[in-house]
Amino acid sequence: MAAPEPEAPTTAPARAKDHSPWNWLLFIPIVVPLIPAFFNGDSPRVFGFPRFYWLQLAFILLGVGTTTLVYQMTKKRGGR
Amino acid sequence: MWRDHLTEIIVFSFLFLLVSAMGFVAARWRAPKDMAHLDEWGLGGRSFGGWITWFLVGGDLYTAYTFVAVPALMFGAGAAGFFAVPYTIVIYPLVFLVLVRLWSVSHRHGFVTPADFVRNRFDSPVLALLIAITGIVATMPYIALQLVGIEAVLKTMGVTGDNALARHLPIIIAFAILAAYTYQSGLRAPALIAFVKDSLIYIVILVAVVYLPYKLGGWGDIFAAADAKFDASPNPNDGILLNGNNQLQYVTLALGSALALFLYPHSITGVLASRNRDVIKRNMSALPAYSLLLGLIALLGYMAIAAGVKPLPGNSAGSVDNNTIVPLLFDQQFPDWFAGVAYAAIGIGALVPAAIMSIAAANLFTRNIYKEYLKRDASPAQEANVSKITSLVVKVGAVACIVFLDPQFSIDLQLIGGVIILQTLPAVALGLYTRWFHRTGLIVGWAVGMGLGMWMLYQVASPTKKHFGGSAFPLSEFGFDTTRTIYVGIVAVLVNLAVAALVTLALRAAKVAEGVDGTEPDDYFADEGDPRVTPGTDRDAESAREPVA
Repeated sequence: MAAPEPEAPTTAPARAKDHSPWNWLLFIPIVVPLIPAFFNGDSPRVFGFPRFYWLQLAFILLGVGTTTLVYQMTKKRGGR
Repeated sequence: MWRDHLTEIIVFSFLFLLVSAMGFVAARWRAPKDMAHLDEWGLGGRSFGGWITWFLVGGDLYTAYTFVAVPALMFGAGAAGFFAVPYTIVIYPLVFLVLVRLWSVSHRHGFVTPADFVRNRFDSPVLALLIAITGIVATMPYIALQLVGIEAVLKTMGVTGDNALARHLPIIIAFAILAAYTYQSGLRAPALIAFVKDSLIYIVILVAVVYLPYKLGGWGDIFAAADAKFDASPNPNDGILLNGNNQLQYVTLALGSALALFLYPHSITGVLASRNRDVIKRNMSALPAYSLLLGLIALLGYMAIAAGVKPLPGNSAGSVDNNTIVPLLFDQQFPDWFAGVAYAAIGIGALVPAAIMSIAAANLFTRNIYKEYLKRDASPAQEANVSKITSLVVKVGAVACIVFLDPQFSIDLQLIGGVIILQTLPAVALGLYTRWFHRTGLIVGWAVGMGLGMWMLYQVASPTKKHFGGSAFPLSEFGFDTTRTIYVGIVAVLVNLAVAALVTLALRAAKVAEGVDGTEPDDYFADEGDPRVTPGTDRDAESAREPVA
């Protein structure tokens, strides 16, 4: 077992490793696709698609964009 | 008659045999040092990079059944079936940070299953056993459903028989081949086959969404045909848009399914097989490509309406099998050889997830039942062996489900599976962040959530059935004055959490022992190159080292 030596708990700096304000952005693609008021309608149509369909498909881009941004911004510096 | 479909059958069989050969060769792909180890057989050496993980997890999450059932749902109910799209959008940001923590802690401790983690984190073999059993029970019908996907294709090609055995013979053969190469190659087999499967599916769908609207008069006409069909139907809740009653159900089903998906053992198996944290994070941005594909596949349901497809009869007299509409649409609209390619894509699409699911279920049995209760000192080689044999048993069980029981039974079970796997959320997903919950609280919460979920599912009626008629629970059953419905799983898991929290507070007040946390905070950030990220090595008591970049 790890004896409680005075200098033992040296793990503190590692704590913050996952924390970043950028992570809050991840809530956007979680919340937006779950609000039917945005997409539950017919007009405007795009290429014959009612809004219900094209907008939800467009939310995929929102998800991809957000996760990519968060990944790039939180990538470990000097870790490559 | 099958003779009318000869070209399709030849193309289908050729591609099927091709991937079977690949499955056997896979044992030598990225050759392991020692195949007689569960990390090698069951997790592909924990070494998969970005591309392999993308194909593997994509092939794993978006199963043949999904590709058949989602358009069938659109065909039958309209907009409500499109929940698959928001579901597969919200999942990735949702698990973006969670899965990397699971990866890190699993690699430091050599965990193979989510139950391994729970056992160590909460110091509770009982809770781990419940998680393992939940995982196995939820996975089994999912494997059986992959067979429903293949069967829909075979039925359309006219490959049927007069009695149950003859009708199921092709599936039995297909699963025997699958079982043999999974036994030999482990997770490497589905990983290699996934390349072929997904390439075929991408080709088929891209052709379908360009060519079919062109033949059917454009997207405007397709949506108009669907709209006309739902207008004419007596069901008030279908249509190409949602109505006031099913919006809550739509959103809670999407969210609940997203929360459940990465609790399924087979998803976790795919994630743990990746090489490092970056691979997982990059995949969270890349996997939505499959969601786009799924959205387009869903619309095949409307194309089938516009093309006037009539589903083949179901197993019981008078019923129709909506699962056959996509194969029928391809048969009707594509030249024979391309329909054959499309069928092969669905058929092979069933093999990849079926293999991964059986491996995941086998790993759960081996690690959390066999090693925990039957043979404490099992060596890694013995573990690998037990897992291989269990994977065979699991597949036999899945085939038996389809041959001897009404397929509807598997569909019901899968519906239940989604609800029960969600009950592992507090222990597995929240457990990655906090150890606040008391182990006994989690057990009680799990039991209450399971009970409530089952009761609610039992209460749901559909036009054709009195019980287990779906997952949309009418809120009026709780005494609310409304016609709205809600997804059963969400309610059950919220109650589960509330009970777990209350019991935790009570036990803490009574000072009941909580066990020892086998993990330390630093474990959740470890990455490839960390000296302790070596599968199978025991942790030592040395102070934490700097992770090597």
